[in-house]
Amino acid sequence: MSTQDAYEEYYVPHNSKLPIFASLGIFLTVFGMGNMFNETKAGVDSVFGEIVFLLGGLTMAATLWAWFSVVIRENHQKLYSDQMNRSYVWGMSWFIFSEVMFFAAFFGALFYVRFFVVDWIGGVGDRGPSDMIWPEYVPHWPMVNPPNPELFPGPAEIINPWGLPLLNTILLVSSSFTVTLAHHGIKEGNRKKLVNWLALTVILGLTFLVVQGYEYYHAYQDLGLTLASGIFGTTFFMLTGFHGAHVTLGTIMLIVMLGRALKGHFEADDCFGFEAASWYWHFVDVVWLGLFIFVYVLGS
Amino acid sequence: MSAVIEEHHPDDHHHGPDKGIMRWVFTTNHKDIGTLYLWFSFAMFLFGGVMALCIRAELFQPGLQIVSPELFNQLTTMHGLVMVFGAVMPAFVGLANWLVPMMIGAPDMALPRMNNYSFWILPFAFSMLASTFLMEGGAPNFGWTFYAPLSTDFAPPSVTFFIFAVHMMGISSIMGSINVIVTILNLRAPGMTLMRMPLFVWTWLITAYLLIAVMPVLAGVVTMMLMDIHFGTAFFNAGGGGDPVLFQHVFWFFGHPEVYIMILPAFGVVSAIIPTFARKKLFGYDSMVYASASIAFLSFIVWAHHMFTVGIPLAGELYFMYATMLIAVPTGVKVFNWVATMWQGSMTFETPMLFAIAFVILFTIGGFSGLMLAITPVDFQYHDTYFVVAHFHYVLVPGSVFAIMAAVYYWIPKWTGNMYNEPLGKTHFWLSFIGVNITFFPQHFVGLAGMPRRIPDYALQFADWNMVSSCGAFLFGFSQLLFLFIVIQTVRGGKPATEKVWEGAHGLEWTIPSPAPYHTFSTPPKEIPEAHG
Repeated sequence: MSTQDAYEEYYVPHNSKLPIFASLGIFLTVFGMGNMFNETKAGVDSVFGEIVFLLGGLTMAATLWAWFSVVIRENHQKLYSDQMNRSYVWGMSWFIFSEVMFFAAFFGALFYVRFFVVDWIGGVGDRGPSDMIWPEYVPHWPMVNPPNPELFPGPAEIINPWGLPLLNTILLVSSSFTVTLAHHGIKEGNRKKLVNWLALTVILGLTFLVVQGYEYYHAYQDLGLTLASGIFGTTFFMLTGFHGAHVTLGTIMLIVMLGRALKGHFEADDCFGFEAASWYWHFVDVVWLGLFIFVYVLGS
Repeated sequence: MSAVIEEHHPDDHHHGPDKGIMRWVFTTNHKDIGTLYLWFSFAMFLFGGVMALCIRAELFQPGLQIVSPELFNQLTTMHGLVMVFGAVMPAFVGLANWLVPMMIGAPDMALPRMNNYSFWILPFAFSMLASTFLMEGGAPNFGWTFYAPLSTDFAPPSVTFFIFAVHMMGISSIMGSINVIVTILNLRAPGMTLMRMPLFVWTWLITAYLLIAVMPVLAGVVTMMLMDIHFGTAFFNAGGGGDPVLFQHVFWFFGHPEVYIMILPAFGVVSAIIPTFARKKLFGYDSMVYASASIAFLSFIVWAHHMFTVGIPLAGELYFMYATMLIAVPTGVKVFNWVATMWQGSMTFETPMLFAIAFVILFTIGGFSGLMLAITPVDFQYHDTYFVVAHFHYVLVPGSVFAIMAAVYYWIPKWTGNMYNEPLGKTHFWLSFIGVNITFFPQHFVGLAGMPRRIPDYALQFADWNMVSSCGAFLFGFSQLLFLFIVIQTVRGGKPATEKVWEGAHGLEWTIPSPAPYHTFSTPPKEIPEAHG
């Protein structure tokens, strides 16, 4: 805590044009996406949604670029007190907590389906009458035989956890170590160590994404495992897909940090941007371990 | 994008506000943003109120006379969504913006630019939501709880925009809450220990935690809907191995904490007002803090009491019944403490105090009907009847909304530097108090007699009480125009307010001039008062 005698002023910008652009950007993005989805569903041939979506995405990207530039510049101008930096630390921590809860909703859905619904649809327990709708259905997890196979054709097979998923586990867990070594590089003032380990982390992250992309391709092409193949495919792709989206975001963050490291940013006592990105990276790593155990290993 | 990058002037933050409309668009000042939130909330209150009056006009008599059943469904849905996410929640965020920094001796909110972002998302989100009325197939028509498969397989196309509007509201709420939490944890003036914080700050700290915990779950459930609608997933479709009941579990895991999100800051407001006008310290400050925290904890483990009739296992019904009843304990502590604070106080009854006392009494009535609904076997009769409507309107209208109005009357002299017109304020209170009870009390009777909610027509035996209820609704609704008049009148002028405003007021916000200067506590205050309320 700063004492009253040595009080450092808390920096409050006078005003900012950034948030209104960010609001516009987020609005155009989702409005465009909504139109895209509805046009596709209605079979309307129009590119209105795509154009708005693209416009929104560009506005958002440009605004975020400008926003982070402003923050980095203000930090270099030494406008931020220790108290300000603690605000950023708290802010990032609570943001990650909100992400944890987002994944909790999808994990919760998986557990609920797995432990209750699969059996209940088959009339197990006191849910007797429900098996009269689909008498052919046999409760089984992974659900390769959805109750209504006409609407939801089940997968022929599911992903073997001990192939590509194991490889991806190794990739992602190693990347958590490499990002920590890069952090040590900052703390020791060793820029070469920082850049090399961070670059390796980025490569590991990108490799993970490529492997997962291949796994999805394999699932769709060879196994008939799709989003629409019943609840197993639903939970599988939603959980791993959202995780993949977060890995993508985390990789972008790390690439930005790599660029900043090459430009000479980050000192031992001033590297919050890097630390925030690495916390995020550790978070996606932990989520992956949950996925590997509950979706891949215990799912098969 | 160079136009977006602002230039930095080191001394700017000592200046007053900018001139013109762009002040409000670009502002990073917590007081400006608080004002924006409050006006936005009032606009949504009127928008939601107009929809409520359409509903009540249709229900004035049995039969179908004013709106079609299709439009009626859209009105009930949008009324709920607009009031919950557009009126009540932003009003409390507005109050937090105005008050939390002043109460804890902070120069502003911790993340001022993000603060502006949290607000300005909302007008976009609600414009998109309101525009669904004009879309083909009409606005969302599946109730504000948007149960699947009504909201997936059988929804109008506008559901896609509803989903994205909810996403935007969620992003706004999460960023707003992160800001509140960080401000409270990191920007308290030296000496402002946690147990010296005003209860309004405490309840908002807990509310912000709840919001960060459950808004992502809401985002999750609408995302599942989006995938079911557009990408063929089977979350809520039993034919693919999913379950519509899964929707209800995930929704209410958000939804139950949500109702405390809408009431905890109200507890904080009432805990500030009653000590002031009873001229006594709040009775049992510590127990109030622990009770708020207990209510927040319990809110996570009682969600399925909204689902007693959907077919959950007996053990689940028993567990959720008893867990729900536990909430009455910390809530009872709070009501007891408010009454004990008034006990032997030298009370005066200015408008904020009238609203606060009405809150205690009428919120308690809503709490008791909640206890009735918690009893599983009894709920089988009450479920989806007007009794439920009466219950949650009692906790939301004379609960949350009255607390917001109490807060406006209580702090508006500090915000504007002018006293509001007391006789008019009291008139507004009595009209609202009478209107609210005429509207919602009869709904208990028709509900117990079996009138279902969300239906535009009803059997003849419910006619009398519905007519009474509709009359009350119009009385309450039009009384709010008086509120608007009083607020505008106070903003424009009036008897100058003193620094302390109220004889019995305590706390840092009453040590600064009225109106509060554009920047307060740029250096932290030296004297930190003991907790008072």
